[in-house]
Amino acid sequence: MTLDELAEALFTGGHALEQDDLGVVAGNATSGNGVELRVVGIVGGRPLGVDAAIRLSRIVLEHVAGGNGAPLLMLVDTQSQKMARRDELLGLNEYLAHLSKSLALASLEGVRTIGLLYGGAAAGAFIATALSTERLVAVPGAEPSVMDLPSIARVTKLPLERLKEMAGTTPIFAPGLDHLAATGAVAECWDADRSGYAARLDALLSEGGEVADRRDELGAERKGRLRAAEIARRVRGEASGRARS
Amino acid sequence: METLSFSLRAERVLRGTGRQAIVGVVASGNLEVLAERIEDGTGCRVEVSTAAEGFGDVWKAVVGDFVERVSPGGVCFSINDGGARPDTVMLRLMQAARVLESAS
Amino acid sequence: MSARVPERGSWLEASARARVAGLLDANSFTEFLGPEQREMSPHLSLFDLPRAFDDGVVVGRGKLGGRPVFVAAQDGRFMGGTFGEISGSKIVGLLRAARDGAAGDDAPRTVLLLLDTGGVRLQEANAGELAVSEIIRAIAEARRAGITVIALVGGKAGAFGGGGIITACCSRIVVSRHGRISVSGPEVIETNQGIEEFDSKDRALVWRITGGRTRWLTGGADRYVADEIRAFREAAMALGAEDAAPFDLFRLQAEQSRLEQRLQVDGDSRDATQIWTRRGLDEPERVGDMTEHDFVVLADREAPNHDAR
Repeated sequence: MTLDELAEALFTGGHALEQDDLGVVAGNATSGNGVELRVVGIVGGRPLGVDAAIRLSRIVLEHVAGGNGAPLLMLVDTQSQKMARRDELLGLNEYLAHLSKSLALASLEGVRTIGLLYGGAAAGAFIATALSTERLVAVPGAEPSVMDLPSIARVTKLPLERLKEMAGTTPIFAPGLDHLAATGAVAECWDADRSGYAARLDALLSEGGEVADRRDELGAERKGRLRAAEIARRVRGEASGRARS
Repeated sequence: METLSFSLRAERVLRGTGRQAIVGVVASGNLEVLAERIEDGTGCRVEVSTAAEGFGDVWKAVVGDFVERVSPGGVCFSINDGGARPDTVMLRLMQAARVLESAS
Repeated sequence: MSARVPERGSWLEASARARVAGLLDANSFTEFLGPEQREMSPHLSLFDLPRAFDDGVVVGRGKLGGRPVFVAAQDGRFMGGTFGEISGSKIVGLLRAARDGAAGDDAPRTVLLLLDTGGVRLQEANAGELAVSEIIRAIAEARRAGITVIALVGGKAGAFGGGGIITACCSRIVVSRHGRISVSGPEVIETNQGIEEFDSKDRALVWRITGGRTRWLTGGADRYVADEIRAFREAAMALGAEDAAPFDLFRLQAEQSRLEQRLQVDGDSRDATQIWTRRGLDEPERVGDMTEHDFVVLADREAPNHDAR
């Protein structure tokens, strides 16, 4: 799915998006029901380095500062974080963290954040973009991953064929939308019929202001991440209980 | 992975009042030992989960030697092993017993 | 439960439990979901790998200089200190407890994160990646609620991958020279981009790009300490006693300016010596070899002091 096809399907009220030399997209759009949206994104399968990350966070923070409270839609078709000595020297971890914090701040300031994944997103770039939104939607073409299987094979010293076989029995380690959705990373997976996208976006936008992170519970419901929610709950329980005694 | 379980009778109950101790780390050539008091008189249990398969006889010898030397009655030692050598195993078991003895 | 560790002991060499014991006031630590509960990884057996009773993470509460704190510590020696389903969720639960102030009047206002991690555990990569994301969100929410979250980095595994990102989400960061902080590890960059981009066998280069001294000099860490448990304790006490800086638009706008300025000034650098030369340091090529004492003196004079993070 191209950016244009996606934008046409989502923003039936109209849109004006601009894309820069690093694949950073910014603009405004209107949903089918006439909800004004701020749009930001990283597209074109470009890696996320310090230069793109700082532009994205500026767009997010300027929107929060603007104060109109319009929901923020983040379009994602990236790859991994940029793997370069220069970016690491300059503190890529701080730039990715800053982008993630900026999106979290938007939520805390009452700006709804919705991620729309329609291409790649891996490792640190996945964390700093798509996974930092309140609700992540994936459409056909979405290829989220932590690390590709050949690299996992190298680190775990297991044959690739064996890993592929194991990936069929558990969603816990292998790349791909189905696996990540099962673990709770993705709120909704939309099908290939784009005619429904505008209505589904409006449905998401009309949800209440619930911003609590329920991805671990979602992972348990979908049986892709069975223990995480329970462990977090038990630690939280012990942490509050013992202090009272 | 292989699991092994040993139940032995020690000379006496391990001294001290510590209820629980954990020593070591699960890493290549290393192991962790979790020692816990059990209600079994002078009985001693050792439960092993190891990445190195086929060394049951070696474990049996080390555990037997340990129980004879330290007499850790009333204690269960649970082990997660990353393929440690017998002398490292003995060292960690003795360390765990010592912490249990000295803990308040 | 564990033997008392001399506070002068090395942070780098200590286990997670020894760090916690030496960092906090003597005998003040209470563990949550301890090893006796045997909450081990449900996934490592699939890979025929041994598990650990605590999955490599110790969480609990204790006192630091008499004040209550929550603490989480990774052990970099078990599976590289990686974020897995269990180990990651223990940290998530702790941060959520801090955020909620659920412990009543005596609720800790400080969380200490003793990071020692290569990042996400690849054998359970999807659960680990999500745990990292959940930790980031929980840190933001805790800070919003007025909690100070302090990262302490000086272990053998450093803070890589998601661990590097988590570090920079904290209110404050303490490093030693061993505290390598980065996203992609040098080996990963070399594998993907070639040895001419990053020679991961060149140890001096690796330290100049990712090491604690570089992070401190560029503003990526707030306190530089010697590799002693006591030094980490003193820094954590000082930072924990400060009022929590509000996590708000003003602060992130300040961070935006700080990071934009770094790109304007140093954006063309490929090695730390270029940055140090630009700062006007004497003998910039020697920064990596200086003694701890000389470096701390230099760092006190040169490091940017800010709370824009």
